[in-house]
Amino acid sequence: MTREVTAITVRPVRRLAGGTAAGLGTAVLYLSLIVLIPLAAVVWRSADEGPGYFWRSVTTPDAWAALTLTVGASALVALVNLVMGTVIAWVLVRDRFPGRAVLDTIIDLPFALPTIVAGLVLLALYGPQSPLGVNLAYSRAGVVLALLFVTLPFVVRTVQPVLLELDTEMEQAAASLGASPFQTFRRVILPNLIPAMLSGTALAFTRAIAEFGSTVLISGNLPFKTQVAAVNIFSQIEGDNTTGAAAISTVLLVVALVALITLDVLQRWGSRRG
Amino acid sequence: MAIEVRDVNKSFGTTPVLHDVSLDVAAGSLTALLGPSGGGKSTLLRVIAGLERPDTGTVRISGVDATRLSPQRRNVGFVFQHYAAFKHLTVFRNVAFGLEIRKRPKDEIRKRVMELLELVHLEKLADRYPSQLSGGQRQRMALARALAVEPQVLLLDEPFGALDAQVRKELRTWLRRLHDEVHVTTVFVTHDQEEAIEVADTIVVLAGGEVVQAGSPGEVYDNPANPFVMRFLGPVTEIGGSLVRPHDIEISPDPVEGGSPAVVSRVVRLGFEVRVEVEIGGHEAWVQVTREQADRLGLGPGDTVHLRPAPGARSLVLAL
Repeated sequence: MTREVTAITVRPVRRLAGGTAAGLGTAVLYLSLIVLIPLAAVVWRSADEGPGYFWRSVTTPDAWAALTLTVGASALVALVNLVMGTVIAWVLVRDRFPGRAVLDTIIDLPFALPTIVAGLVLLALYGPQSPLGVNLAYSRAGVVLALLFVTLPFVVRTVQPVLLELDTEMEQAAASLGASPFQTFRRVILPNLIPAMLSGTALAFTRAIAEFGSTVLISGNLPFKTQVAAVNIFSQIEGDNTTGAAAISTVLLVVALVALITLDVLQRWGSRRG
Repeated sequence: MAIEVRDVNKSFGTTPVLHDVSLDVAAGSLTALLGPSGGGKSTLLRVIAGLERPDTGTVRISGVDATRLSPQRRNVGFVFQHYAAFKHLTVFRNVAFGLEIRKRPKDEIRKRVMELLELVHLEKLADRYPSQLSGGQRQRMALARALAVEPQVLLLDEPFGALDAQVRKELRTWLRRLHDEVHVTTVFVTHDQEEAIEVADTIVVLAGGEVVQAGSPGEVYDNPANPFVMRFLGPVTEIGGSLVRPHDIEISPDPVEGGSPAVVSRVVRLGFEVRVEVEIGGHEAWVQVTREQADRLGLGPGDTVHLRPAPGARSLVLAL
């Protein structure tokens, strides 16, 4: 059977070969230069002093605390944004209210703002001189808040277009078949949104574990308490321990890859059903 | 009466869509709502289904006032022009949807769904997803899904409108046969008069948000209430200030009593029928004749002929 297929497709493949090869070559070269080689260098560097050193670098109390805080806070933030991002996308698409266009624009603000500026704003609002009387500076809550802020747009912006495209007649059909609004949401709308929700969550999570600028000010970078992994890497480099920094980076890299692959698998499973 | 609509008015913003519409649909009948687009027929169907709320007026379904009931509680089957298939569910689960909502036992659902899939000839495609079906198959699935909940009435909004001509014709005939088997009171919306005449027992003509005429296909075709209905239901032409069906005109080479002279401008052969285009009293008209008639008369451009409505032909005098 494979042979048959090959025989049939030989000609179009040949005709496209020139363009495809050039395109593929460019893409691979670009990706290698920009992404793969630097990543490989980091991984390579982390192994400089052998696996024992790698393991020790990652499990020093301050590095381990930074890693667990980062992964934990990022997971929490991704979950909160999964829910809130979906709710906001829903409101933006389905509700008509004055100021909707403004809100729609504001959603992108965390993308547009330099993260250090976001950190500054958060510190001014929720720091020791908070005009709201809420002081989250130098606490883990402050870290979570900063991460929530910078990752908010991901789920909103992935769910919104899907919701816009969703056929409202499907919902009417469900209603005429006897489904309550809640049943319609759970059985018809939600299954159609889940792939977009998951990819938005994956993006928010991976962005959160890498976050530096927005957390560096409000967290105070207290080791064992509020120091995130990116800041820990930075302090390792400052202390001239590049191998240790590379080791922690590699762990972050693996966590990000695992998260992306898991959600991709979930999505494939979802789209096979849909 | 399965459906009684009384004095329904509905506007979208400032645009009136339905104006004092009243309608009776007999139990077990197959009724077509026929009219030009923008005539209000889809809105009327959606009012019956509860998908739109009328501004004033009432809707009764099987004798129960349903005006304020949500679509969820009306037990009405609705089929959409663009199928509204649940994309994330298989054909089987699509059809089972209404039964699952009603929490019927699994065995009963399985049995009922398979019966319905057989009825719509999709039993072999039960595990496919809607995206793997053709348009005609999707619409049959949508129909099975609507029938699964044993609705009191089945409403179809331009059900064949998105399909190509061939499939459309097949599904039309098939819908008629299905209705003869299932007997559920059915109302469908169409702008295709041929479809309405071929499939329905009763035709309700809607235009400008009002019911213009209701009756059997024969009545509506033969005794149109006004020139609009006559034009909408079939071909018409104008001779001597009256609207006449082109096949209801006698054509003769010699002067006849009550006839008007006309000059042939073109003779078009369209398979079994021949279209004779003429100039009469300063405007254009046309007559439909059989091939045999055309051959006997030997008509050609420039010939003078005499036309008059055939005896018993329905014609409407046009106000000038």
